[in-house]
Amino acid sequence: MVGELNERYIFKIHDFNIFYGDFMAVKNVSLNIEMNKITAIIGPSGCGKSTLLRALNRMNDLIVTSRVEGKALFRDIDIYEKDTDVIELRRRVGMVFQKPNPFPSSVYENVAYGPKIRGIKQKSQLDEIVEHSLVRADLWKEVKDKLNESGLSLSGGQMQRLCIARSLAQEPEVMLFDEPTSALDPISTAHIENLLQELRKTITIVIVTHNMQQAARISDYTAFMYLGELIEFGETDTLFVNPENKLTEEYITGRFG
Amino acid sequence: MPIFDNELDMLKKKVLTLGSMVETAIHDSVRSLVERDSELARDVIKRDHLVNALEVKIDEECVRLIALRQPMAGDLRFITTTMKITTDLERMGDLAVNIAERALELNEEPQLKPFKNIPKMAEITEGMVRDTLDAFVKGCSKLPYEVINRDDDVDNLTVSNFNELLALMLKDPKIIPLAVKRTYVAKYLERIADHTTNIAEMIIYMCKGKMIRHTSIDE
Repeated sequence: MVGELNERYIFKIHDFNIFYGDFMAVKNVSLNIEMNKITAIIGPSGCGKSTLLRALNRMNDLIVTSRVEGKALFRDIDIYEKDTDVIELRRRVGMVFQKPNPFPSSVYENVAYGPKIRGIKQKSQLDEIVEHSLVRADLWKEVKDKLNESGLSLSGGQMQRLCIARSLAQEPEVMLFDEPTSALDPISTAHIENLLQELRKTITIVIVTHNMQQAARISDYTAFMYLGELIEFGETDTLFVNPENKLTEEYITGRFG
Repeated sequence: MPIFDNELDMLKKKVLTLGSMVETAIHDSVRSLVERDSELARDVIKRDHLVNALEVKIDEECVRLIALRQPMAGDLRFITTTMKITTDLERMGDLAVNIAERALELNEEPQLKPFKNIPKMAEITEGMVRDTLDAFVKGCSKLPYEVINRDDDVDNLTVSNFNELLALMLKDPKIIPLAVKRTYVAKYLERIADHTTNIAEMIIYMCKGKMIRHTSIDE
């Protein structure tokens, strides 16, 4: 365990390919993701960034034609090893999607659902987890008096934070965000971005975003992908001020294609 | 041409206009001194507000582009460089005005001795300004490095000029008021060359993304 804590990289991806049938969506990507940092993946539509993100907790398994080649390690676990416990992997590597998708149940039940599935039955313990998760998602103050109301009755930004709280209740080590603010207004977006900065202190974050300013604002590292390949990966400060690759420069300055 | 490229191009043209106005001001200020042309000196002083106005305009345009276009990478470096170099250019314009002011004073007095160092310094400095503006247009080239190296020549001439005038002042203290004004002029030119060096350094940053200020050029 101590060895794990001393590890700098939480994901180590090496010569990694992802296919949908015959189509190679991610090509030969090698990338290490640093612990307790925010790593952003940017690139034009169809560049493979969401596919790569979803590979990190095997969400792509849901697509029957998908398969992978190469190595992807989460700590010391080979993500795509046959006997890897995918349920446990997805608990430790949570995910929040573009469109807020609370369960059609109460705010409380949305957050308590995961812990209940994990076998926690005691009401007081569940109450504590729900409150703690909602506090961490910076939603508690807004919903503490309507825990029994439907999660779907919240505003878009609140629903997205509810989804974050739901994921946090599982005590993940990593959270994957697939365009988490693209359906939100600028104020809700700023709220989520501040929240990510707070969460980063204890959780590693990988975020796919179309909003380059967002990547520049919040991330420590940025990966730029194009046509399935990882074109450039480095510190966000460097990548947005002085990128090495011409394609990166063209993309981030809006002169692509 | 995409709108943003067009805006950047217009911005570049404005910087070049500012540069050429300053270049002319420096040239005319030195000429007004060497040729004892007070009318020209007054003209340099009168034109300075145009330099100031254009500097403000360029600054405002940079802020507008940062706010509206959120530039990244090369565009960001171009705009931040522009903001910095216009400040230097405006200061260079002020120094040309200072030279013109000294010219007005010196032109009222009998000539101390023919000018030797100052025209030489002016020639080097004007060349530096011209090449720096060329480098700004061309982007990445060896020019800014060459400009930086030439700053030493101006510094050396400033020292020679001072030493020559000091010897004269020691010999004949009556000439001190005139000689001191001549040392001022050399100092103004030396400062202009320093500002030009700043601009050359910023152009290197614009091209390479590397700050070379306060380091030796070899680093």
